[in-house]
Amino acid sequence: MSVRVRIWGLHLAVLLGLWALQQVLPPYHANNLARIMVLAVFAMGYNIAFGYTGLLSLGHALFFAAGMYGAGLAVWQLEWAALPALALGLLAGGVAAGLVGLLALRTAGVSFMIVTLMFAQAGYLAILYFGRVTGGDEGFVVEAAGRQLFGADLATDGPRAVASLALFAVAMLANLVLTGSPFGRVMVAMRENEERSRMLGYNPFAVKLVALVISGVYSGIAGAAYGVMFGYVGANFATVQYSILPLLYVLLGGLGTVLGPLLGAVLMFYLVDFASSLTSAYLMVVGVALVVLVLFAPLGVLGTLRERWLKWLP
Amino acid sequence: MVAMILQARGLSHHFGGLQAVDAVDFELAKGEVHALIGPNGAGKTTLVNLLSGRIRAQAGQITLGGRDITALPAHLRVRSGIAYTFQITSIYQRLSVFANVALACQSHGTRELRTAVAEALELVGLQAMAELPAGTLSYGHQRLLELAMGLALKPKVLILDEPTQGLAAGEIKRFKALIGILVPDISVLLIEHNMEVVMDLADRITVLNFGRVLAHGAPAAIKANRAVQAAYLGADRAET
Repeated sequence: MSVRVRIWGLHLAVLLGLWALQQVLPPYHANNLARIMVLAVFAMGYNIAFGYTGLLSLGHALFFAAGMYGAGLAVWQLEWAALPALALGLLAGGVAAGLVGLLALRTAGVSFMIVTLMFAQAGYLAILYFGRVTGGDEGFVVEAAGRQLFGADLATDGPRAVASLALFAVAMLANLVLTGSPFGRVMVAMRENEERSRMLGYNPFAVKLVALVISGVYSGIAGAAYGVMFGYVGANFATVQYSILPLLYVLLGGLGTVLGPLLGAVLMFYLVDFASSLTSAYLMVVGVALVVLVLFAPLGVLGTLRERWLKWLP
Repeated sequence: MVAMILQARGLSHHFGGLQAVDAVDFELAKGEVHALIGPNGAGKTTLVNLLSGRIRAQAGQITLGGRDITALPAHLRVRSGIAYTFQITSIYQRLSVFANVALACQSHGTRELRTAVAEALELVGLQAMAELPAGTLSYGHQRLLELAMGLALKPKVLILDEPTQGLAAGEIKRFKALIGILVPDISVLLIEHNMEVVMDLADRITVLNFGRVLAHGAPAAIKANRAVQAAYLGADRAET
């Protein structure tokens, strides 16, 4: 079996498995799964910047929120339908990432973390400041008219499950194609050795900017889908917590792997779910899990698997 | 007159108070192997960094095939035909040997990636190691991989910064044979400490000392030059 067949086989099997899960899970968990898949798309975007290109950003909440507000406000203020609103959200994420990247990519390492964090905080504060347009910290509910996609009502469980799986599938397959492409190789080259890459004729700034924009597009569509599918847009999605979440998913699931973000999102979602049923200090459980992870498996679950056994895993 | 592929006029660069390269004129003829030698700290690496664009010249002008490239950033100089191999081996340790060379090949839009990579690896004799992670290669093989990446860029000018440093005798022999194959299609600028390699390969030699050109000319003339002997061996020993 060639590596290509194995890779595509595995990823298609995962999609099939997700579809099967949607059929058999009770509604509570099926709904969780829809949420997880949308968040996994966000984490995949984060992984493109961090896992593949080596850009440790603390500002991705801004791109997620740009998508969410781009779509949500289009429905609320402009009475757009769901499809163009989602497209606007996707675009907003990419544009936000491009603008931030133009400035933030002049820095690297810790400075890059701080600059992206500051931009995201500025975005969060802007949402609060322009409360009359954005709904401020109360946010707003996405009206039913803006949640109709191809004649299906995304407010109901069935269509929402299909939509979340479709979004996840497209995002994952695009991620797979990207990482197997020449440009995917250049992204990894930038992460591994920027100076060498420059001396092979690649413009580090341009490569990183493109990677960040792709990452922003993923974050944007994830934010837009989250708002439209679950019907609520709020400023808490622009807080630093939503920059940290995809980082945690990626660290847990596997740095620089296509399936890592999904696995990380599933594990973290249910870890939080489980821990909060035990104690109100559930974040401490999450914290301990992460410390253990960083100490003993810094590449995450799939990253470690790939290093030890599954060398072909993309 | 021989055509010049790479020319520098009045090139200068200082780090703080240290004049690392001081008004240096330099010419690389088409198809020649030109060695750049000089004692430690003479400014050799700074000079090739200026030529390759890794650092910007504070004064002077550089032309490649008659075109002014002084203001061109490093990655565009690479694309216009100047390849640089690092003194301290700088490969992608965690990527496969194939991926390392593929990155060099695809940088100039090679369509037949597999063929191009195989060709470059075959030149240096690493074709059997394509699937290994580059970091697992021996030091000598890593140097050869670095060279393969330089060659895969299909450069007009290949700058080799201490290519034989740390290589075994057999590997040095292989390296010399390889350079013999490359010229005159590629012009080579060679920084080298190993005088045997320099004398065997170089058509011309430029000697730097304290950031200035001390001498340049054919190997025999350089060998006989008393100023060069003094700079290298210390004046008192040169006189004996």
